[in-house]
Parts: sequence; C-alpha cells; structure tokens
Amino acid sequence: MDTFVQLVVNGLGKGAVFALLALGFVIIFKATEVVNFAHGSLVLFGGYLVVVTRETLGWAGAAVVGVLSAGLLALLVERLLLSRSRLASPFSLALLTIGVDVIITEEIVRRLGVSLPFIGDAWDAQPLQVGGVTMFRTHLVAIVVATVLITLFFLAFRYSNWGIAMRAQAENKEAAALSGVRSWVVTSSAWLVAGLLAGVAVLFIATQDFSGAGLSRGTHSIALAAFPAAIIGGLDSTAGAVVGGLVVGLVDALSTEYVSFAFAKSAVFLVMLVVLVVRPSGLFGTKETTRV
Amino acid sequence: MLTVRNLRVRYGRSVSALHGIDLDVPDDGVLAVLGSNGAGKSTLLRAVSGTLGLHRGSVTGGEIHYDGTRLDKLDPAAVVRQGVVGVPEGRQIFARMSVEENLRAGGIGARSAAERTAASRRVHELFPVLADRASQRAGLLSGGEQQMLAIGRALMSSPRLLLLDEPSLGLAPKIVERIAAIIRDIHEQGTAVVLVEQNAVMALGVADHAAVLEVGTLALSAPADELAESEDVQRLYLGGHAESEAEAERQVEAAHEQRSAKRRLSRWSG
Repeated sequence: MDTFVQLVVNGLGKGAVFALLALGFVIIFKATEVVNFAHGSLVLFGGYLVVVTRETLGWAGAAVVGVLSAGLLALLVERLLLSRSRLASPFSLALLTIGVDVIITEEIVRRLGVSLPFIGDAWDAQPLQVGGVTMFRTHLVAIVVATVLITLFFLAFRYSNWGIAMRAQAENKEAAALSGVRSWVVTSSAWLVAGLLAGVAVLFIATQDFSGAGLSRGTHSIALAAFPAAIIGGLDSTAGAVVGGLVVGLVDALSTEYVSFAFAKSAVFLVMLVVLVVRPSGLFGTKETTRV
Repeated sequence: MLTVRNLRVRYGRSVSALHGIDLDVPDDGVLAVLGSNGAGKSTLLRAVSGTLGLHRGSVTGGEIHYDGTRLDKLDPAAVVRQGVVGVPEGRQIFARMSVEENLRAGGIGARSAAERTAASRRVHELFPVLADRASQRAGLLSGGEQQMLAIGRALMSSPRLLLLDEPSLGLAPKIVERIAAIIRDIHEQGTAVVLVEQNAVMALGVADHAAVLEVGTLALSAPADELAESEDVQRLYLGGHAESEAEAERQVEAAHEQRSAKRRLSRWSG
C-alpha cells in the first residue's frame, strides 16, 4: 500500500510538470491553431540559461532568468517567425516550429557537450519521509508550484480581459477582431505564457528525482510527453491539458513499477491511442462538427 | 463621415470582388446596401472593418476614410477603436461563452472603462433579454436573441458607425421586424448604420439612403424612398421573387409602411 501511495504521489508530481507543459502547448494551439513542436527546445533553453547563470546569480536568480528566457524565446519565435507568415496554413507553421526545434536543441546539446548538469538545486535529491512512505521533494514542490500556476492561469483565463480575448479569438477569430481584440497581443501572450511554463517545468525535469538525468537531449524527449498529454486531454482544452498531464504522469509512474521501465515509455502512447479511438477529440476536446 | 473612393478588392490572386466602388455615409445616416449573392456586399463591409485578410482578400485600389482617418491601412482592432464596428453575417457570437462574456468581449474595443459601463447600460436597456440570460451559454439562445447579442456586443464599444451584415438572415418575419425597430432605435441614439441586406423590404424601411451593388460595381445609389419607388428595384429586390403580383404589391406596400414609421434622429449618448 505504501508503495502504491508513493507511486501515486510520484505520478502526480510528474503529472503536474507534464500538465504545465501540456497547458502551454494547448494555449498556443487555442490562440493560433499551430501545434508547437518547438516546445521541447523552449524547455532546454530555459534549463540552459539556469546552468550558465547559476554561478554568478545563485540558483534562485538563475531560475528566474531561465524561466524568463524561455518565455522571451517563445515570444521571439512568434514575433520574428510565425507572425511574419500570416497567410501560411497552421500545418506549414507547425513545420516551421520543427525547424526551430532542431536548430535550438542541437545548438544547446552541442554547448552542453558531455556535461549533464542537474538544475533542481533547491529541492533535488532530498527525499522526505511521511509515515512509512518516502517521497521525492521535487515532486511535492512540483505539485504545489503547478497547482498555484495553473490556478492563477485559470482565474486569468476565466475572469480577466486577457482571458476573454483569448477565448474569443480561439472560438472565432473574425468576430474577435470585430470586437476590438488585438490578435497579435493574444497570439504573442499565448507564446509568452507557454514559454514561461516550459521554463518552470525544466526546473523539475532536469533533476535526479524526476528523471535521474541532468539537462540533456533526454530532457527534450521527456518534454515531448506533453504532446500525448495534450492529445489525451483534447488539444483545444486547457482543463484537458491538466488532466492529460496527470494521466501521463500516473501512467508513467505506475507502469514503470508494475510492468517495466521500457514499457512505461510506450504505455503513455498506448493510453493516447485508446483515448483517440474512443474519443478522437480527446477527453475534453471540442468535437468537430459540420453543418450539412 | 465614412467615405469610400474607387474601392477595389480582390480575393487571392485572381478573384476580383469589387471594381471601383464610391460611397458616402454621413454621421447621422443609415445606408442600405442591396444586391444579390456575390454582388460584393459583405466584401464591402469586410474592407471597411479590416477583416478582408481573414478571408484571403485585400484592397488592391482606392481608399476608405472615416472622419479623416484612413481605414484601409488599419487592422480590425484599430478600426474598432476609430468607432467603426461590424456585426458579421451569420451573427458569429461566441457560442461557448456566456452572454455576459460575449458582451465583455465586445467591450474590449471600448476607449475607456466609463464608456464601457455606459455602453453596457445602454445595451441592457435596448435588449433586456440579454440581462435576463447573462449567465446562459450564448449558443443556447434563439436565433433572434443571438442576433440581438451580436448587435449588443458591437454596441459595447460605443460605435459611431455600425456595420450590419444581413441581420435578418434566417430569422422569422416577426423577429425581422423587431430587429428593424432596434436598428432604428440605435440610429435614433446617434449611431450611423450601414445595413447590408438581401431583405430589401426591411432595409429600405430602415434606411434613408440606399446603394445597389451588382457583381462588384455600384449599380444605383439614391435616397431610400426614391429607390423603393424605382421600378427596377421593385422588380429585382422588392417584388422580383414574389410568387404573385399581389404579393409583390404587398411587399412594396410593406416597405412604404416601414418607411413612414421611421422616427427622427437623435444622438447616441452611450
């Protein structure tokens, strides 16, 4: 029983991080209809900035710089590349993000060389004993941080003018424009928020507790689990992104323990396939309808 | 005053939709734009409100000015901030959002919080049903209520010029009459209106001036009552689709009745 509780906490901890990533993924998709394949590179970029500024700024300062840098990079990708291709289809823009992803990822991996630095200094490798259960501090902090950020996001999404504008544009771009919604503000802010969330996520991913590996190409691969998380929840559903993230985290933790580490990697995609067969638009996604 | 001069619009690289349109809408005017499908009526409104790009269209010639500001170089949000607001064809409310959220979205283009509050009060006076259904999902409203919401949403930014694209589309005759009365009220409160319609009876009943578009060109432009008398217009737009001569005469009569019910203008103070 203790093992199960530990697995669930670990799964929720990982899931909280995947939820942050999937939420960013979904926000961009809702605002622009673009599937952002460069999300993994935003994660790596934020982590890399933590690594290079940690010595001079200390961990906390470096973490802030990393998070802001990931947000800024996302904003620049949108402003300098995507916004200039306004007439391109979302499919072309998705291909563009693959190009961005390859360039940024390869450059950071080249710069990291053989070093695989861990970047969760404030909480990594300091397990907690609660009753008879051992818990990773990283996962507990991840749950708290993700809960706070996701709650703040949903409050803003539901009640602020920014949220109203974002939802209006996601539902009907023309009507939103006619209501005075500045499309570029919505689009840029979506990329900025997604980048910031990616920057936060990497502080938990490149840790011994989460992956047992430091910042590397592997961090990018782990971040890609945000993709099945977003698909499971429904690509256009912010609430679905959170649920999808938690599902991915739990499936990963439970299947690693009860089946095998190798199977856990495919289990997430297996769950995604089952969801797609049963509900093609994801658990909370909008069903596509056509008036005939 | 809205001034359109020699406006040319193209969709993609080859489809030319407007071939040099000239129009004026005075600050206290209601202009009806009539024409059959494909005449370029909606294209004209898209050009004014800056949304052509969303339909892969572009202005290839001519100019659109509103009170000295050139509109055809502005994005849609900037056009709204100039006081020119459109209600698109098919209502296009935000169906998954509540009625109140739809109105809040409309208020994003308002120039100040005070203006937004005043506009909100005015919208609820004009459309009490929207206050009753504030928390209801907009997609669950009836067609007429959705049209009211679409107009209310546009009024939330206190427009000086309202562009209405076929507000009667798909609505029952009684609801069309209500919408016509509402347009008169809005105009009476000081908002100029461009009304694109296929329902010429309704449009000529509300407007003081009318223009007829035919395949991208301006075929006729005259005071609405003169156009209502015009044999061509009666044949093409008032009686042309009637199933009998008596029906045609009834439609012409209805247009005259609606015209005589018009009230005098006053200013929109929202």
